[in-house]
Amino acid sequence: MTFNIYDFTELTRSIDDGLKAVMSPGWALFTELVLIGLVFLILYALIGLFLVYAERKVCAFIQNRLGPNRVGPVGIFQTIADLIKLLMKELIPIKNADKLLFNIAPFIVIIASFMAIAAIPFAKGLHAIDFNIGIFYVIAVSSLGVVGILLAGWSSNSKYSLIGAMRSGAQVISYELSVGLSLLTIVVFAGTMQLSGIIESQANGWWIFKGHIPAMVAFVVFLIASTAETNRGPFDLAEAESELTAGFHTEYSGIKFAFFFLAEFMNMFIVASMAVTIFLGGWMPLHFGTGNLFNHIMDFIPPLVWFFGKTFVVIYIMMWFKWTFPRLRIDQLLTLEWKYLLPINLFNILFVAFLTLMGWHF
Amino acid sequence: MQEEIIKNIILGEEEDYLINVGPQHPSTHGVLRFEVSLQGETIKKVVPHCGYIHRGIEKMCERDTYPQIIHLTDRMDYLSAHMNNEAVCLCVEKAMEVEVPERVTHVRTMLDELTRIASHQLWWCAMGMDMGALTTFFYGLRDREHILDIFEESFGTRLIQSVNTPGGLMQDIHPGFQKRVKEFISYFRKKLPEYDQLLTDNVIFRERSEGIAPLSREDAIQYGVTGPSGRASGFSCDVRKSEPYGIYKKLNFKEILRTEGDTLARYKVRIGEMYESMNILEQLVDNIPEGDYTAKMKAVLRLPVGEFFQRVETSRGELGVYIVSDGNKTPYRVKFRAPNFSNLFVISKLAPGYKIADLIAISGSLDLVIPDIDR
Repeated sequence: MTFNIYDFTELTRSIDDGLKAVMSPGWALFTELVLIGLVFLILYALIGLFLVYAERKVCAFIQNRLGPNRVGPVGIFQTIADLIKLLMKELIPIKNADKLLFNIAPFIVIIASFMAIAAIPFAKGLHAIDFNIGIFYVIAVSSLGVVGILLAGWSSNSKYSLIGAMRSGAQVISYELSVGLSLLTIVVFAGTMQLSGIIESQANGWWIFKGHIPAMVAFVVFLIASTAETNRGPFDLAEAESELTAGFHTEYSGIKFAFFFLAEFMNMFIVASMAVTIFLGGWMPLHFGTGNLFNHIMDFIPPLVWFFGKTFVVIYIMMWFKWTFPRLRIDQLLTLEWKYLLPINLFNILFVAFLTLMGWHF
Repeated sequence: MQEEIIKNIILGEEEDYLINVGPQHPSTHGVLRFEVSLQGETIKKVVPHCGYIHRGIEKMCERDTYPQIIHLTDRMDYLSAHMNNEAVCLCVEKAMEVEVPERVTHVRTMLDELTRIASHQLWWCAMGMDMGALTTFFYGLRDREHILDIFEESFGTRLIQSVNTPGGLMQDIHPGFQKRVKEFISYFRKKLPEYDQLLTDNVIFRERSEGIAPLSREDAIQYGVTGPSGRASGFSCDVRKSEPYGIYKKLNFKEILRTEGDTLARYKVRIGEMYESMNILEQLVDNIPEGDYTAKMKAVLRLPVGEFFQRVETSRGELGVYIVSDGNKTPYRVKFRAPNFSNLFVISKLAPGYKIADLIAISGSLDLVIPDIDR
């Protein structure tokens, strides 16, 4: 078993071979699934905790504050302390709430984000499943989360929650179109829906650079639409704390609230990693030209660093506009999608199809 | 019959989607309740309910002597505490025909304007928060801290100064007062453009405030909407101009007037007033006259029998103090004409037809301070 930081294909294959040598193929598959599940659970928790901490520090930086700085050095254990607090809090039962739906809703939200993470390629050979319709899968799965939000708002027997949930429903379903279409732009360029295939196609340059203007447009549209899809500011109408106190999760407490909270942050991570995978070359290093020294130095940086580095840059941009922009109103939100983003996107995709047909892209 | 009318007023029609914004809600800035009938997201009707923190300040005033009343007025509009104090002091001084030293009027006017800036800064924080821009809160509070430090240095108190007393001030200003005010002005002149960069010029903010809930001049006068909210509708209601008190008639300053009357106009009037207050401070800071910080007053103040009225311009509008005296050391009756009370009820005229998110923005732009409504 060799451990190569630049290519995980051998490592995963040797684990597979090793397992198959000692047990039947069915059990080997089962063991692998359990292993992957465990790894993802740990990854999920770690990324979630880190993102909460990062958001606090970023927003503190934007707001001239220090942010958490008491628990541990520069406050790095603050989120863990908060997690423990949330775990120990009472789960307040709501009178006249639909108990089943009320309890199921946070799990639907968190499962949807958990499923999406499976298709993300973290490095060469390091992904759980490499679908040939990877993009389709991610879009389909990540849109499941809105069901949880709608159920949460509906079942908690609160008017604020219901308004929040309805807003969220309208918002997510509208912006799904833009997310899908902007990703399709690159699918047309790359000629594949397989995420690993799209990354391979960016070996000689990221799509945002070699995709001319359409790729830029698609990237900007994707960034806006995906922020809206994750219900984050300035599109946080579903929560809208100044209007609806906390929107769809007003009535949730303790760890159930934490599930919504965690799912929001993980959705942000998934969306950012999709942006990185599709537009910014995934785990591919940054290259200019061919065979020069710069490229060699860039190749030396491991793909995992590239992937997480780029993802956190995108996440930082999303945090940046959350903390500087006011919130949109619901009619403005829908106007932005249906009157601006969607037509732009449709023209963009036609243009891309034309470009690809003529073979005018690299 | 009467029950039916009351039911209609409060509940509206049966099929309306009724939500209570408040009394415990992050955006009512206190314990105020809006009863809102919705159709989808659109507001059909808003009924404000006040009285949750009614403390009976006017009644308590009948129990207290005049110097004691001052400290109750702090607790009405706590963000213009100094102006409230000054209103009662001016009324008592007018009744007793006391000539206060020039230093006192000078310093009072400076404190007025400092309080006004601090109040508008806090309003700006809250306005941004209501619109969902959370960063404004910290920018505003960062700058407001400088003013509170000036107050703290001179009087030991920060939010409510309680430094006025009939006849003058309770204590003199700190020797470093002038220097600190100058420092603050030069600091804030640099920082105020940041407010525009962060919020005023933001495209989302513009979309959400331009043309939203316009209040006509006639309505502003009918509802008695004063202060920046009234001036945004073109209602020239600045008491500092129309009925100058203190040192205002010697000063050279503009009354900020706009004609649009929408949320953005109300916003811009307040931003403009911050600039104007700094101008006033600059005129005053270098020539504070020497002298006593209080006039000689009797130990027990008794107002002559009669009715006395004084109005001042607080940061939210016109505050009127009406004292009826029967010659005792306590007033027979005190009535405050609080600006926020009138400013609040115009919301049931402004909000219908707009979205629930706009309701929050409108109430933010009216700059309500709830303890002043309830008193």
